[in-house]
Amino acid sequence: MRIGIVTFPGSLDDRDAARAVRYAGGEPVALWHGDDDVAGVDAVVLPGGFSYGDYLRCGAIARFAPVMRTVVDRAHAGMPVLGICNGFQILCEAHLLPGALIRNDCQTFVCRDQELTVEATGTAWTSSYQPGQRLVVPLKSGEGGYVADEATLDEIESAGRVVVRYTDVNPNGSARDIAGVSSADGRVVGLMPHPEHAIDPLTGPGADGLGFFTSVLTSVVAA
Amino acid sequence: MSVVVEVMPKPEILDPQGQAVLRALHRLGFTEVTGVRQGKRFELDVDGDVDDAVLDRLEQAASTLLANPVIEEHVVHVGASVHDESA
Amino acid sequence: MTTRRPPAEGVDTVSHAAQTPDAEQPWAELGLKQDEYARIREHLGRRPTSCELAMYSVMWSEHCSYKSSKVHLRQFGEKAPATDALLVGIGENAGVVDVGDGYAVTFKVESHNHPSYVEPYQGAATGVGGIVRDILAMGARPIGVMDPLRFGPLDAADTRRVMPGVVAGIGGYGNCLGLPTIGGEVVFDATYAGNPLVNALCVGVMRHDEIQSSAAVGAGNLVVLYGAKTGGDGIGGVSVLASETFTDAGPTKRPSVQVGDPFTEKLLIECTLELFGDDLVVAIQDLGGAGLSCSTSEMASAGTGGMHVELDRVPLRDSTLAPEEILMSESQERMMAIVEPAKIDDVMAVCAKWDVLATVLGQVTDTGRLVVTWHGDTVVDVPPRTVAHEGPVYQRPYHRPGWQDALQADEPTPQRLARPSTPDELRETVLRMAGSPNLAAKDWVTEQYDRFVLGNTILAQPEDAGVLRIDETTGLGVALSTDCNGRYAKLDPYEGARLALAESYRNVATVGAWPLAVTNCLNFGSPEDPEVMWQFAEATRGLADACLDLGVPVTGGNVSFYNQTGDTAILPTPVVGVLGVLDDVTRRTPQAFRTPGQVVYLLGETSDELGGSEWAHEVHGHLGGRPPLCDLRAERALAEILINASRDGLLDAAHDLSDGGLAQALVEACLRGGVGMRVWVPDGIDPFVFLFSESQARAVVAVPRSEEVRFTDMCTARRFPHARIGVLDHGEPATGPVIDVQDQFSVSLDDLRRARQSRLPEAMA
Repeated sequence: MRIGIVTFPGSLDDRDAARAVRYAGGEPVALWHGDDDVAGVDAVVLPGGFSYGDYLRCGAIARFAPVMRTVVDRAHAGMPVLGICNGFQILCEAHLLPGALIRNDCQTFVCRDQELTVEATGTAWTSSYQPGQRLVVPLKSGEGGYVADEATLDEIESAGRVVVRYTDVNPNGSARDIAGVSSADGRVVGLMPHPEHAIDPLTGPGADGLGFFTSVLTSVVAA
Repeated sequence: MSVVVEVMPKPEILDPQGQAVLRALHRLGFTEVTGVRQGKRFELDVDGDVDDAVLDRLEQAASTLLANPVIEEHVVHVGASVHDESA
Repeated sequence: MTTRRPPAEGVDTVSHAAQTPDAEQPWAELGLKQDEYARIREHLGRRPTSCELAMYSVMWSEHCSYKSSKVHLRQFGEKAPATDALLVGIGENAGVVDVGDGYAVTFKVESHNHPSYVEPYQGAATGVGGIVRDILAMGARPIGVMDPLRFGPLDAADTRRVMPGVVAGIGGYGNCLGLPTIGGEVVFDATYAGNPLVNALCVGVMRHDEIQSSAAVGAGNLVVLYGAKTGGDGIGGVSVLASETFTDAGPTKRPSVQVGDPFTEKLLIECTLELFGDDLVVAIQDLGGAGLSCSTSEMASAGTGGMHVELDRVPLRDSTLAPEEILMSESQERMMAIVEPAKIDDVMAVCAKWDVLATVLGQVTDTGRLVVTWHGDTVVDVPPRTVAHEGPVYQRPYHRPGWQDALQADEPTPQRLARPSTPDELRETVLRMAGSPNLAAKDWVTEQYDRFVLGNTILAQPEDAGVLRIDETTGLGVALSTDCNGRYAKLDPYEGARLALAESYRNVATVGAWPLAVTNCLNFGSPEDPEVMWQFAEATRGLADACLDLGVPVTGGNVSFYNQTGDTAILPTPVVGVLGVLDDVTRRTPQAFRTPGQVVYLLGETSDELGGSEWAHEVHGHLGGRPPLCDLRAERALAEILINASRDGLLDAAHDLSDGGLAQALVEACLRGGVGMRVWVPDGIDPFVFLFSESQARAVVAVPRSEEVRFTDMCTARRFPHARIGVLDHGEPATGPVIDVQDQFSVSLDDLRRARQSRLPEAMA
């Protein structure tokens, strides 16, 4: 399974996402923001970082990159897409996911081992998990507050599109403690915490994050 | 003259920066200020005259790029740059 | 509101200078002495142009020329221990150490103290940016940063201004660059109130054959400036020159603070590494203090000695800048490369790919002169060596302060400082110390830093050393720590510097890494004060001697003088950074006591040593006596035990003892693992001394019962003192885990955690 990882100017966790794909048994493929070709990959990851320095708004400029035209088209056709942190911000700006991310309510960057609960396990990226499973995954962001209007939030909740929720502490003021959401078809997922940093107890709080990457390998086969 | 685009967070969006600024103003004694919301101002230099057609185009630019309609409101109008106004 | 001044009618060219030898020049305002100005005239055979004067004044400043410190820093080279590990020694941007398997690691710590007082966010941010570029210029990919920070008292109003800004600046810049912050320090003391210390360390890795040079060689090779446009950042006093005008407009106000853009630096890093990877540059230098003046003169001086630069080709953010200002600008995120003409197109292509502005400014020559022109007029024509490497060398007078003896005689005896003696008093003291500013949890600071990015962070603060993996296949890694106890250094600067090295060395060994090399950031008051200068002389002598004793060479470092407000200098603060290597990072020893049932050993000797201690400071506001004894042989022996035990898998956890003594070490290790401990005070030692003495060369370790005999045999064979002082314990359901000191007191981890965690957030609220 070939999983593309896009590098925008300012992307930081692209190499780490590639490592996570490798650990999960997939083949990471580096994709350049300026190319509108995604090299026939089976799924795409938009990694964490500060694309374009977070200028204007996080992800606001990256969403117009040539590669994103193709990613959006392929996503509409069912290709799985995972947006991590800045990637989540880009997916919201590109309207592949509802809502938006604003500055943390505490006004500072927060880096912590964050407890999450997995709720939607029918998505392309969370099928390896059990509903209600607790994970500890690093969160490291300054603009991680998830917001949407009440109607949208109700729709996301009732449609089972909340993928992961903050459990022990809400670190950034996200509405309804939402840490990640999915598209209606469950193929596109965005989350603020970084599963690619929880793949090995040697370098992170554990290996709870690996499931995101193993899930998509089975999802792609099934598609 | 420039074209000015002003972008503000929607009223229902939490604006922690505005709140922090309000607290700071109060600490400095400006207690008559009861609310602060913080936004962005873009000054666009445009070739030629700025007529309604131009403003319509820039309205598109504003709603596509300069503002995120999910969380922000905006207005587009002809205006002087802050630099010129404050000179 | 800046007043835009029209450019001066006449540019001060070399020929004009030759014809007007008696023109008044503001050399004193620029910080030059009369004899220095005379020497410049001697070097040139005429008066300097205003551009040349600006160049010399900045390059001969304390910050750039090290004129007050050079004679003392020489010791680091003269007394350097023999070692095969050094690939590049003192003198370059940073030292380079061989860590095995063909890997070379470069590291250095620098200061950005004064700017951080003026503009905390940008001062700290640009400090990080600067040191990262230094590491990049050695040819390495930067892989981590650390930040030793010192502020005034935690509860002081100005600390509330400075600390959040500094922390946000370091996080804002480092996080955006994608560099994990893996360690550092946060220390509070009244002497830092007007003079916060913001030191920044960066470490980078490369293959042996990737080490870059800064020597501009090869006449005809092109001089390329790339990165951000040049603006008026950091010009400061040079505006005096720029205001020399025939018109009557007032002096231009230029911002003296540099403003950083980490996104530009991130692109700069990727672009530069690609230039290196494609073998496109002959030499490289970053632009830091003194900007273009520094890079041109240093690169030329290190190379064939000649360079020709057309200053008007420099891309500008501000078109009103005068040539003097362009030469002095400290605009961030800029690098200078020497490129063979045949490779310039490829260089431009790589820069274009990363959207990095690149401009050919001129070329390397064989004239032995650095020549700079401005729209065709020659404004600089100097021998570069005189600017960059032959600056003034001062022999500043120094003498031991008259108060030093009295200070050392004021020992913290029980008669002088009341000590807790009852179990309740001891318990109260443990809680009080745990919540005191210097010992409280620093999460408020460290949670603003990304410690995960790049996916190779094995250990990060609050562990004893930061550990980064270098090779995923072999597990090769490096460990780093930065340390300094300024109070020890005030009591005895020679010993204080030795103790700083000892602590840093010990921290690296505690995680299981072999110490290899040293960097340092020497923060002191005014060198014009003979008592401060004595502190500096003693500290450098102490550090050099200690490095020789421990067999770890100084690879480079930084000196920051003038950290004082009026007559009050900061505590002498020689921050020492030690780099160590681990063959296999999976063997590292973490700090947390996490497994009930394991036994805890105290390694090393404890005696009554409270001089300069955290207890004396926090409880009594007292600083006096002698600092703890520094026994480097014992430190080495302890290090060998910790490293070998780590390699052999004999330890579940280890934590060295430093500020706050044993009590603090146990509190930290137990809280980190969430497991309590039953402790007993060995016979013959006073419980207060046992808990709060700051005797050196000590560590606590948690040993699985299955390894206990092997471990104690190892200690016995090496004749190193070791005492079984406790057992890790769940605690009772009613209380949760506790630290129970037999026959004395019990304190719950919950109470300790509350005390430790709340201190900083409450102060910053």
